[in-house]
Amino acid sequence: MGEVATLPPDGEQGGPVAADLVRGGAAGGGGAPPPPVPSPWRLAGHDLVRNKSAMASFAVLVLIVLACLAAPLYASHIAHTDPFTSNIEGTTVVNGQTVKLIQQSTQGLGLGSLPIGPTWDPGHYFLGADVQGRDVMARILYGGRNTIFIGLTSAVLICFFATIIGLVAGFFGGWIDYVISRVLDVLWAFPVYLFAISLSVVLLTSGFAIGPVHIGAGSLAVPILIITVIFIAYVARPVRGEVLTLREREFVQAGIGVGASDWRLIRRDILPNVLTTVIVFIPLMAAIAMLTESALSFLSIGVQPPNASWGTIINDGQSLLYSRPAVAIVPGVLIAVTALCLNLLGDGVRDALDPSARLRGGA
Amino acid sequence: MLRFALSRFASMIFVFISISILVFLIFFATPGVDPAARIAGRNADPATLAAVRHSFGLDRPLPVQYLIMMKKLFITQDLTSFVNRGQKVVPEILAATPVTISLVVGAAVLWVIFAILMGVTAAARRGRPIDPILMAVGLIMLSIPPYWLGEVTNLITQDRLHSTVFAWVPPLGYTPFSQNPTQWFLGLVLPWTVLAVGYIGLYGRVLRSSLVETYSQDFVRTAKAKGLSPRRIMLRHALRTSMITFVSLFGLDFAALLGGAALLIEVVFGLPGIGKLTYDSLENFDLPVILATVLYAAFFVVLLNAIVDLFYAVLDPRVRRV
Repeated sequence: MGEVATLPPDGEQGGPVAADLVRGGAAGGGGAPPPPVPSPWRLAGHDLVRNKSAMASFAVLVLIVLACLAAPLYASHIAHTDPFTSNIEGTTVVNGQTVKLIQQSTQGLGLGSLPIGPTWDPGHYFLGADVQGRDVMARILYGGRNTIFIGLTSAVLICFFATIIGLVAGFFGGWIDYVISRVLDVLWAFPVYLFAISLSVVLLTSGFAIGPVHIGAGSLAVPILIITVIFIAYVARPVRGEVLTLREREFVQAGIGVGASDWRLIRRDILPNVLTTVIVFIPLMAAIAMLTESALSFLSIGVQPPNASWGTIINDGQSLLYSRPAVAIVPGVLIAVTALCLNLLGDGVRDALDPSARLRGGA
Repeated sequence: MLRFALSRFASMIFVFISISILVFLIFFATPGVDPAARIAGRNADPATLAAVRHSFGLDRPLPVQYLIMMKKLFITQDLTSFVNRGQKVVPEILAATPVTISLVVGAAVLWVIFAILMGVTAAARRGRPIDPILMAVGLIMLSIPPYWLGEVTNLITQDRLHSTVFAWVPPLGYTPFSQNPTQWFLGLVLPWTVLAVGYIGLYGRVLRSSLVETYSQDFVRTAKAKGLSPRRIMLRHALRTSMITFVSLFGLDFAALLGGAALLIEVVFGLPGIGKLTYDSLENFDLPVILATVLYAAFFVVLLNAIVDLFYAVLDPRVRRV
C-alpha cells in the first residue's frame, strides 16, 4: 500500500473539512479574513479536477452507477420482464417471429435445453436469457447495484472504523495500542479468502444476531460485514503508524504543552492530517471490496439468490460458458472496468492530496 | 538480533494460537450455529440430534472441544471428517499440497520475472510514452477479476479452438509431476499465467514507483556523478534498494497463495489443491476439514510474515530495537 506523506499542518487556521474536498474546495477555513494561502483541500480539489484520467474515470463510474440505478426502469419500461422470477415457458419476438426463451439444445452432446442468446434488441432480451429464462441485461443492471453498493459501503465502513482504531491505538499508546495491534496482527495474518469463507459459511446458514441487531442470512449486510472485517487491518495499520509519527511532531507537542485536551488534539491536529491517507484509501478499497464481493458471490457465498450481483451472474454463466458466453463475459468486463476506474480515480486523489508523490511519480 | 528473533517467534506463536481459537469460535460458537444440526440434516428429531452431538463430542464444554480438536490435528493427526466418517483430514491436506505448490510456485516465477521487466522498463523510460502505457496496462491487469479471466481462458482454449490452435491444452484437471512431467507442465501453463496476471500488474507498478523514488536519492546522484553507466546504476544500485519493498510484499502474497488464496484459480481450472479442498468441504459444511485448511493456511502466512520481518531486521538494524 502506498505510504502517503502528510500535508503541512494546518494548525490555527481552523481544521480543513472533508466536505471541502467533495465540493471541490468551495469553502475556505473557518477564519474571518480570507487566508492568503488557499487551503490544502482546495488545492487538492483543483488538482483533481484538472487530472484528465481521474475525471474521465469518474465520468465512467457515474455512467455505470446511473445505468444500474435505472435497473427497475429498464426492466419495467424497456425489457418488460421481471428479472427475478423464472420464465422457462416464456417467449419473445426476434426479427418479427415469436420464439421460445428456452429452446431444445442442438449444440454439444447433451440433450439439454438452451436459453436464447443475445438479440441485441433492448426490448426483447438484449443479452439473451439465462437458464431460468430471465433477462440477462436486466439482471446485470440489478446485479451492478448490489456489487457497487457493497463495494462502496464496505470501503466507507473499512475506512471509518480503521481511522477510529488507528487513531485510538496510535494516540493513546500503552496497553490500548498493544491490544489493538495484536488484534490487527491476527486479522492481518488471516488468509483473506479463507477468513471470508469461514465467516460466510457461518453467517449465511444462520444469520447473525447481537442484541437488537439482527442480520438475516440472505441479507446484503452479510458480505458487507465480512469484507469490512477482513480488510480493516489493511487501512488501520498505516493509519496507526502515521498517528504515531504525528504525535511526535512539534505542533502536537506544542498542543500538549499548552494543555489542549486529548479530544482537541485528535480532532484539530491529528485527524485532519490522517484524513488525507484515509481518503486516498477509499476508492482503492472500493475496488478491492468489489473484486472480493464478486469472488465470494462467484463461489456462491456472497450475495444470495434471488438477489443478483455481477459475481453471481458470472457463476450462473458458468454452466452456459460454451454455448452462451455473453452471460459470463459481460459482468466480468463490467467488474474490470469499474475496478479500473476506481483505481484510476484513487491514483488521481492520491496525486492531488500528496503533491510530493506526483513529483516522485513524474506524471 | 537473537532477542529480536525470539520475540518475533513468540509473537508468531501467539498469532497462530489466536487464529486457531478464532476459527474454532467462528465455527463452533457463533450464536445460532449448530454444527450438530448441520451434520444430522434438516428436520432431525431431538434424539438423533443428541446422538450426533454426543458422537462428535459436541456436547462437551467449548474449551475441551477446542483442545481435543487441536490434539487430534497436531499431535495424533487422526482428526476425521464429519461428512465422510473415517476419512482422515491430515493426509487429505498433504495430498492437496503438491498441487497448490505447483500452481503457486510457477505463477510466482512468472510474476517476478515479468513484474521486474515491467517496473524496470517503465522506470528507465520515465517520462516517455512507454512508461504511462506500461503503467496503464498494469492497472488493467490488476483490475481484472482473476476467476473471470480463468473462465474466459477456458472458453477460448477448451471450446472450438481446442481442436486447432489450442490442441496442446489438456482437459481441465491436474496431472502429477511424477506421473507425466510434460502433461503436468502443459496443464499448468494457463493457470500459472492467469494467476500471475494481477500480480504482474501490481508488482510492476509498485517496483516502478519505488525505483523512481530511489532515483531521487543522494547515492544515485553520487553514482551518476561517478560516471557509472545508466544500466549499472539501475541494476546494481537502484534495483537492489527497491527490491526490499518488493521482496517483503512478495513474501506475504506468496504465503497467502500457498495458504489457499489461489482458491478461485483452483476451482476454475479444476485443480485439486488446498483451495479446492476448502471449497468442496464448504459445500457440505465439513467443519474439521475447513478448520484444518484454514489453520494450515494461517501457518504459512504467519511463518512467512515472521521470515519477512527477520529479513528486514537483518537488512536494517533499526528494526531490531523492539
